[in-house]
Amino acid sequence: MTALAVADPPSEAVAAVDGYVQTEGGLHRLHLMVDGVHCGGCVRRIERALAADPAVESARVNLTTRRLTVAWRGPEELAGHLLRTLADLGFRAVPYDPAQLATAEDAAERQLLRAMAVAGFAAANVMLLSVSVWAGHAQGMGEATRALLHWFSALIALPAIVYAGRPFFASAWQALRRGRTNMDVPITVGLVLAAAMSLFETVRGGEHAYFDSAVMLLFFLLIGRYLDRRARGRARGTAARLLALNAEAVTVLDADGRARALPARQAVPGMVVLVATGERIGVDGRVVDGTSEVDTSLITGETLARPVGPGEVVFAGTLNHGAPLRLAVSAAGEDTLLAEIVRLMELAEQRRARYVVLADRVARRYAPVVHGLALATFLGWTLFAGLAWQTALLYAVAVLIITCPCALGLAVPVVQVIASGRLLQGGSLLKSPTALERLAEIDTVVFDKTGTLSRGAPALQDTAALDPEALRRAAALAGASRHPLARALCAAAPAVPLARGVEEMPGRGLRWVGPDGEVRVGSRAWCGIADPHDSTLPELWLSVPDQAPVRFAFEDSLREDAAEVVAALEARGLEVELLSGDRAPAVAAVAARLGIARWRAGCTPADKSARLAELAREGLRALMVGDGLNDGPALAAAHVSLSPSSAIDIAQNAADAVFQGARLQPVLELLDVARRADRLIKQNLALALTYNLFALPLAVLGQVTPLIAALCMSASSLVVVGNALRLGRRRAA
Amino acid sequence: VSILAWLIPLALALGALGLGAFLWALRSGQFDDLDGAAERILFDDD
Repeated sequence: MTALAVADPPSEAVAAVDGYVQTEGGLHRLHLMVDGVHCGGCVRRIERALAADPAVESARVNLTTRRLTVAWRGPEELAGHLLRTLADLGFRAVPYDPAQLATAEDAAERQLLRAMAVAGFAAANVMLLSVSVWAGHAQGMGEATRALLHWFSALIALPAIVYAGRPFFASAWQALRRGRTNMDVPITVGLVLAAAMSLFETVRGGEHAYFDSAVMLLFFLLIGRYLDRRARGRARGTAARLLALNAEAVTVLDADGRARALPARQAVPGMVVLVATGERIGVDGRVVDGTSEVDTSLITGETLARPVGPGEVVFAGTLNHGAPLRLAVSAAGEDTLLAEIVRLMELAEQRRARYVVLADRVARRYAPVVHGLALATFLGWTLFAGLAWQTALLYAVAVLIITCPCALGLAVPVVQVIASGRLLQGGSLLKSPTALERLAEIDTVVFDKTGTLSRGAPALQDTAALDPEALRRAAALAGASRHPLARALCAAAPAVPLARGVEEMPGRGLRWVGPDGEVRVGSRAWCGIADPHDSTLPELWLSVPDQAPVRFAFEDSLREDAAEVVAALEARGLEVELLSGDRAPAVAAVAARLGIARWRAGCTPADKSARLAELAREGLRALMVGDGLNDGPALAAAHVSLSPSSAIDIAQNAADAVFQGARLQPVLELLDVARRADRLIKQNLALALTYNLFALPLAVLGQVTPLIAALCMSASSLVVVGNALRLGRRRAA
Repeated sequence: VSILAWLIPLALALGALGLGAFLWALRSGQFDDLDGAAERILFDDD
């Protein structure tokens, strides 16, 4: 019994709270990352439960970022109590320092939104004034009135450009400093020259000022830029999530047998650690005492629990299902296999960050051409046509304004926003801004087996052949256990009332004493069976007095449309490959059923990652679909990657897109939408360039007035947006 | 034409008012959790 008392999991987060509570005037504030918040219901349950404590002043969950801020008065130690309240509700919370997590991304998005608001305000008001000026040109407005209106425009436009143009100026400056050019360079040059020249014209009382074009351009571009950022979805940093995994405490047994909680990374090789039933193992180590089953899905991707006994090695991040275990620590913190996998992943992610998006590739060619043309216009008019340099400069600036890549700036983000909106309806979430572009380029698809092609959870086999009465009896007992096989049994026999007074013997099975004797559900040994019929499949047995024992076999079944999807991918001319950490016979069987010719079994995380690097060296562009931590490095190393939403957080973080549901069909949908989006983006770029081809001669000849510039720019932007909207429609075929 | 001297500043002031309201809403955190806001309207207490 003493062992059980010690086996109580340490109140992990309580120890870690120290240093995270911020106190200000008697009010304590704690920021927490909460695992498992999915919907408004979770938000409400958490907020209500915390607010029920009279000391709590406020508790607010942010559903977008899955973070909780709680403030209370009274003793600081209440933090531990609050965390236990959360744990009782079934939410694991980890404190964080908001100053550390206030990412540059968030700040940038806010700045863009503010800039967009300012640009929108300026664009509307300047346009109002400009319409008066254009009307005045037709009706003979007095010069003084026109000058007044121009001055007003300048008053609004110049500060707005200085403020709202900063995202572009900063990015252009950075590119130029590194000796490169990007889309923002021509934008910046166009904006600055347009503003400067308009100011010059206003000062000398000229007829045309381009303030409206400049601000409108800025507004459209900011819309494009903001949409671009929003399209990235809820990508959250891998680091923040890992922190949650590593923050767990371990129970260390001292030489005199006393237990104390210690942060996992402070454990030292040689220490003896106690792992309770249901607890996640915090260190790498060797089992000293106890036999149990360990869920290693996080490391190997294998969902069926692995039996372990004295002398066997277990890894940090795995889950102890059966009975309490004592481990001799072999590695902790940064030295564990888990940390090693994470390092592999970060390395691979850095390699991929070098991808250059299509829009930037276009811009790199586009910018020099446009600037060359503007210069040629200026030189041509001054040298050969003998125009005054002011007028020639005016024409040159008009060239820059008209060719400023307004439509180019919208061409890509609008398509991406519509594509991701459509995918979201189908249950797929795009996380990387370049995911669509990269998806459209792939020629190879690499699948993981467990959890990706298969459901990742054991399911009862041959339900039809089983005696329904036996199934009902077994399920009545199994409902009392949280063991994966017991849960699978219950899932196969829903609506069976639970038996009362079921006893669970961890690692062995369940026992219930009924009117006709003792009923047992559990392992072969627990039910006292000497059945020669051996099987590699996991199984449960039911033994009822005076009846033959019944065997329930379980298998991780394939997703129902896996074969169809694999066939459809091959029909699209893609190579399909299977990489699994599982044993060869199991992988071979799955490959044969799905018709996959190329497969590898027994892959470690490093093997998978290496295979993808090998594919990349052969010049192939691979899509990796995987769900486990063991797939993490491979997901990061692939040209583009997908995860089912049932995947662990780290895999979801490494993946470029996440799909929901029990079917594999979203993979096809993602591919098809990506290919259509790619076509539309290229069409849009072509449209934007065609427009420039028509407008450019007008500008070079000095025929572009502000009115024509405004009309051209709006028209080209509308055409591009309109073309992108076609993606939202259901496909006719 | 002298009416312009009134109307233009008035139009600008109204626009600036809207801009100010948006920036205030942004600063006071009303755009921080758009997903949460969509769910919160369904809570029947608070």
